[in-house]
Amino acid sequence: MTRYEPVIGLEVHAQLRTQSKLFCSCSTAFGADVNLHTCAVCLGMPGVLPVLNRHAVDLAIRAGLGLGCTIHPRSQWSRKNYFYPDLPKGYQISQYDQPIATDGQLIVEVDGATSTVRIMRIHMEEDAAKNVHDDLIAGNRSYVDFNRGGTPLVEIVSQPDIRSAAQAAAYMKTLRQILRYLGVCDGNMEEGSLRCDANVSIRPVGETKLGTRTELKNINSFRFVQQAIEYEIERQKEVLASGGTIVQETRLWDTQAKVTRSMRSKEEAHDYRYFPDPDLPNLVLEPSYIENIRTELPELPAAKLKRYTTELGLSNYDANILTEDAEIALFFEKALAVFKKPKAIANWVINEVLRKLKTQNDDTAAAATLTDAYAQQIGELVELVEDNIISGKIAKDIFADLKAGDSPKRIVDEHGLKQVSDVGSIEPLIDEVLAKNPESVAKYKAGRTNMLGFFVGQVMKQTGGKANPKLVNELIQKKLS
Amino acid sequence: MTKLYELTAHELAQKLAQNEISSIEATQACLERIEATNNLGAYLHVDSVGALALAKASDERRRANNTNGPLDGVPMALKDIFLTEGMPTTCGSKILAGFKPPYNGTVVQKLKDAGVVLLGKLNMDEFAMGSSNEYSGFTPARNPWDPERVPGGSSGGCAIAVAAGLAFATLGTDTGGSIRQPAALCGVVGLKPTYSRVSRFGVIAYASSLDQVGPLTKDVTDCAQVLQVIAGHDPHDSTSADVAVPDYTKDIEQGVSGLRLGIPKEYFAPGIDAQVRAAVEAAIKTYEQLGAKISEISLPHTDYAIAAYYLVATAEASSNLARYDGVRYGPRRDPGLGLNEMYDDTRSQFGSEVKRRIMLGTYALSAGYYDAYYGKAQKVRTLVQRDFANAFAQCDALITPTSPSPAFKLGENVSDPIKMYLADVFTVSVNMAGLPGISLPCGFTKDGLPIGIQLIAAPMAEALLLRTARAYEREHKWHLQRPAL
Ligand SMILES: [Zn+2]
Repeated sequence: MTRYEPVIGLEVHAQLRTQSKLFCSCSTAFGADVNLHTCAVCLGMPGVLPVLNRHAVDLAIRAGLGLGCTIHPRSQWSRKNYFYPDLPKGYQISQYDQPIATDGQLIVEVDGATSTVRIMRIHMEEDAAKNVHDDLIAGNRSYVDFNRGGTPLVEIVSQPDIRSAAQAAAYMKTLRQILRYLGVCDGNMEEGSLRCDANVSIRPVGETKLGTRTELKNINSFRFVQQAIEYEIERQKEVLASGGTIVQETRLWDTQAKVTRSMRSKEEAHDYRYFPDPDLPNLVLEPSYIENIRTELPELPAAKLKRYTTELGLSNYDANILTEDAEIALFFEKALAVFKKPKAIANWVINEVLRKLKTQNDDTAAAATLTDAYAQQIGELVELVEDNIISGKIAKDIFADLKAGDSPKRIVDEHGLKQVSDVGSIEPLIDEVLAKNPESVAKYKAGRTNMLGFFVGQVMKQTGGKANPKLVNELIQKKLS
Repeated sequence: MTKLYELTAHELAQKLAQNEISSIEATQACLERIEATNNLGAYLHVDSVGALALAKASDERRRANNTNGPLDGVPMALKDIFLTEGMPTTCGSKILAGFKPPYNGTVVQKLKDAGVVLLGKLNMDEFAMGSSNEYSGFTPARNPWDPERVPGGSSGGCAIAVAAGLAFATLGTDTGGSIRQPAALCGVVGLKPTYSRVSRFGVIAYASSLDQVGPLTKDVTDCAQVLQVIAGHDPHDSTSADVAVPDYTKDIEQGVSGLRLGIPKEYFAPGIDAQVRAAVEAAIKTYEQLGAKISEISLPHTDYAIAAYYLVATAEASSNLARYDGVRYGPRRDPGLGLNEMYDDTRSQFGSEVKRRIMLGTYALSAGYYDAYYGKAQKVRTLVQRDFANAFAQCDALITPTSPSPAFKLGENVSDPIKMYLADVFTVSVNMAGLPGISLPCGFTKDGLPIGIQLIAAPMAEALLLRTARAYEREHKWHLQRPAL
């Protein structure tokens, strides 16, 4: 039986993180009332002309540089002509044969093995609007919501270098991570900020020619990328095994039935009649302009991971968690600037801060939480614990109630929460606890040494958690021995 | 005795300034004249109530000594291609019947800010496609010198309005000659500025890389004054030039002594009407007498310009007109149609010439034909530009006829699109090269039809062009003749 290898290329659409649309000043905020963020320009009314949003260009350059691409000093806007109600001008302004960036790469890791996926090109374009099919309320009618129309996107096109569904999912994850690090895209797949089309074909192992491919459209989660591609590979294998041929077509992933379904065949594909948009001059970028953006690029995840393990001495595990997300890494570094013990700060960020964030489960809320002021608070808190000023227990109490504007140091001072480490004031409390619990003392002396925890707990309770637990422990053992 | 509506805009401005006439009186004179010449089909929409309100406001400003410049209170009208907030704008097409734009185009706003009284919207070929105004989606317009003849297109309504005193000045657009050709056929002055000199924002696009806004006026001085108001950079138009606007009237009386004027030999080929040729040659003599140095030059790619022009223009038009799909505005006749049926039904409302050009443009851009047609046309365009650059290395301006013939009869060319396309043969190259060009009256045929001469200058040399035109205008009084109506 023939053994096949999959050949996969991904086209990822990433929404650029701008306040306004690509060619007008309408807001790009998600979730507004239908058709609220529209104007004559993004509605394509007669007489309107596009004016380029330079911030979107800056972000596209960042994306290109972050993915190791060549940024072209001259790129061109073209019109992609086709009819659809969600396309108000009857064409989409996009970049065609002269895109802003080409020839980059992305290093992908699957099960500890790394591979390189080449990036063919990155081009800018405006998003289409959204058709709303509402057959319940108005009786089989369709509407168009133009809020999204004109939102700036980059399309990142990979070479067909991907050889498995897992690798495709890893590519998407790594790409999302880098785009978020760069501040180029918020990566919010539920809101459609990051979407993916996958071109999938298979060929006999050893064959160099590409097989007939199908295009899986508009996949919007890592899980679906993997599932849809896995399914499609198997489907194509079965078609070939049963003597059939693969039809070049567009397919959709049915998330319910977990199958891909044919959407339309490529034979009726459009002739987009691309031509340079006469309303927009070529996009000309001074080399110094591109270099300025390069100098402003943040440290990317791979470099950060390496630095955390080698320079900061963190474990690979901790470093991976901290660098997974740009905001968390940045937060960690800010807290570390307050108190320079990497392992201690890392523990707090991973165990306390991240746990708290998970309960919010919302990127915007999370971003709002990870402020500079909060990093200052965490730094102080860790310092107080590490310097034995407060116990870990007190620290966690303070952390749980921490409000904006609070200073952990001040809280400790004002509420007298400093750890008590002087034997003279702790000893009488121990004596009291032992005297009150003669049976427990007897049990301990009879060999039940796990009773120790009980005594320590009682003393800590007496002191409101302020006693130095290590000291209490030692003193009790000494007294009972 | 000159009638009020026969005054030039700057003469009216003077009388307004001296309180001899009020803006209301001038506006009323136009409105009455519009009413009386209804048969010409110049206007598609007249806003008498709005115009009188604007005139009243202008008169009040004047009383308060607070006017907005020389055009304050001057009644003007616009080709129906300009978006006017709340005022019907159809671009001469049924597909936009009932459309009231939500915004003013940049030049419209500039005129409003200058205190101009806006009388209404003028007839035109549908989507500016045509050279005779017979392709108006509503009614063909008629030449005031002979109502059996066309006024030229596509800004035919503009030229009629100026020639017949239905507005003191108008704004048109010129994609391949649509200001200059009707100006010539109706005996008025028409200027197509340098591409990018005047904003296109709020002007319904025909062919974006060729379209340019410009004035049609009774004389050259008016032309300069209107250009002064509308020229300049517009942040809403990415193709508009960020170049300072000079004072266009400053040197306008300076004459042409010592100027080098080129006569492109390719523009005097057989096929040109004998009376037109004679009038243009006489005009060249006048320039020689005024001290200009005349020399013959060559624009070798002229022959290819018209074919290349129609490829570029129709390709861009096929894309620009895609938005008229019935989804958001314009008449949707049958609400029960499915998507494709609705597209078909909506777009069936385009007139035959528009359909012809959309088809041509769609073909020129389609896969497999792009290089042979659109790509090749762009190469020709570069050659045409180079021709002119070489010419302007030798001379300051060029003189040509504006149109190969005087106004032709209604219906004469409609059945022969190619013949109709040749009406723009002397004007399209100027659009292909993005240059400024002006047409001004230079005589009449023995049947009393106006003849126009075209002057062409280098990019942004409008001041030179106006000065050159004005020198001729001072010598002859063709521009003072008015049609008998
Ligand atoms: Zn908008």
